[in-house]
Amino acid sequence: MKINPNKCVACGNCTYVCPMGAIYIDPEIKRATINRDECVECYSCFHGLSQEHLNPTMVRTVRKIFQMMRLRFDPEPDVCPTAAFEPDELVWPRVIRRAFSDPRVPHESTGIEGRGTEEVKTNDVSGRIQVGEVGFTIEFGRPGVGVWMSEIQTMCTALAEIGVSFEKKNPITSLMSDVSKGQLREDVLGEKVLSAIVEIKARIECTGQIIELVHRIEKQLDTVVALGVGTRCDAEGEDRVVAPILENLGYQLERAKTNIGIGRATND
Amino acid sequence: MTNTLHRYGDAASFHDDYVVFAMCCRGKNDKDSVPKLRKFLEIALQFKPVNLGDARHGGALRPSRTMNPTSHWDRDIRPNFEAVIAGLDTPTTAAAVFDNRVAAEDFVKAVVEADLGLSVNISTSIDGAEQCCAHAGIPRHSVGYSLGFEGKTGHLPNEDVLKLATMCGHGMVAASLAKKMIDWVKEGRRTPEQAASYMTRFCSCGVFNPSRAKRILIEASKRTK
Repeated sequence: MKINPNKCVACGNCTYVCPMGAIYIDPEIKRATINRDECVECYSCFHGLSQEHLNPTMVRTVRKIFQMMRLRFDPEPDVCPTAAFEPDELVWPRVIRRAFSDPRVPHESTGIEGRGTEEVKTNDVSGRIQVGEVGFTIEFGRPGVGVWMSEIQTMCTALAEIGVSFEKKNPITSLMSDVSKGQLREDVLGEKVLSAIVEIKARIECTGQIIELVHRIEKQLDTVVALGVGTRCDAEGEDRVVAPILENLGYQLERAKTNIGIGRATND
Repeated sequence: MTNTLHRYGDAASFHDDYVVFAMCCRGKNDKDSVPKLRKFLEIALQFKPVNLGDARHGGALRPSRTMNPTSHWDRDIRPNFEAVIAGLDTPTTAAAVFDNRVAAEDFVKAVVEADLGLSVNISTSIDGAEQCCAHAGIPRHSVGYSLGFEGKTGHLPNEDVLKLATMCGHGMVAASLAKKMIDWVKEGRRTPEQAASYMTRFCSCGVFNPSRAKRILIEASKRTK
């Protein structure tokens, strides 16, 4: 993403809406500027801000007059008055940033928007997680912290060492050069994304071991981690196995997503 | 849609937050799924949702590409549910957000009766989802628990900001904007409804809950710390 300096009027609205805090007003040039290292190409500024198409010279003049009189115009906070944001043409590997950070773009590997994962959300149709199995979603970077691909690799290699199975239909798995070792392609390791999800599957009895490992490795990373644990309920719709394990590990379970089981395969 | 799983708050704070979403499984039931996804949203309309959305095009309150300057003084903050339904044109995830249990329960029951063949999930407190299933007379199939945020949590903002910002789990609602909106409500510069509407427009899949946001903004604006 870039900001056209000929259009920007340094109103500062965009500095608040960037999830990564990567936009600032450069005091030298008096224009909004994007920290390219921290920008994850989420397009929140471009898509989320409403756009006016005012004349930049006119807006700057009005702002200067108001500033001299110590008056503050109270505009809408979600507007770019001069439509100054212009998408860059992204090339490999920077394009990875947008693929993982802009939820409107479906991941090529799975065809799904957002973080590109189906998890247990379609388990009634896919049968991805069976009785006796547990599915983990290990999400990095959100909200607003971001994660480097090299940090994700640190976790993946540790998980691979204990023999977990990485979900094939997952955007991170699709970037692995060696799935058995949890290694990502060398050329993407220097890219930062808003968030990404590693999906793994294991036997239920490995739940504690995996959580312990994630706890140990996340201490080495400079980001936040959100763990999700998915399982198949019994015929009565109860989970009498995984929830007690998690509670014994000290988790107070508050929120969940519940697949109500009414999906079915209908393609020919 | 893990983006609805890790909303910050305890179970009680989700009493006005029920996200029900439908999606197809690639290669299994995605063929001819668009009319079914539209039907899902049409059914939702009967139960007074606070937001509707599709993951490709956005929610019921969207940013404008050609905003008229006069709208600074008369901004429309009413959700446009019909536009969401009409705009859904590709197999994607369709979501309906409710701010009370009764509406969510009745909607889930109606969706079960409609027998669309799509996977349907409820994202809320564990008890809340169980009650919806019980009301519809069906057992839960699978469940995905949120274990919350770990790691370098020192990078995270305060709890009120976190509650607001995590309502777009894709991270499109910036913590800085959420903080600014709390401050603006506190200063009386905007009403809680207006402040909630600004954040809603940034959520690109329509799962942001403006009703819960309004409540959080009011609560946060009264805090002294």
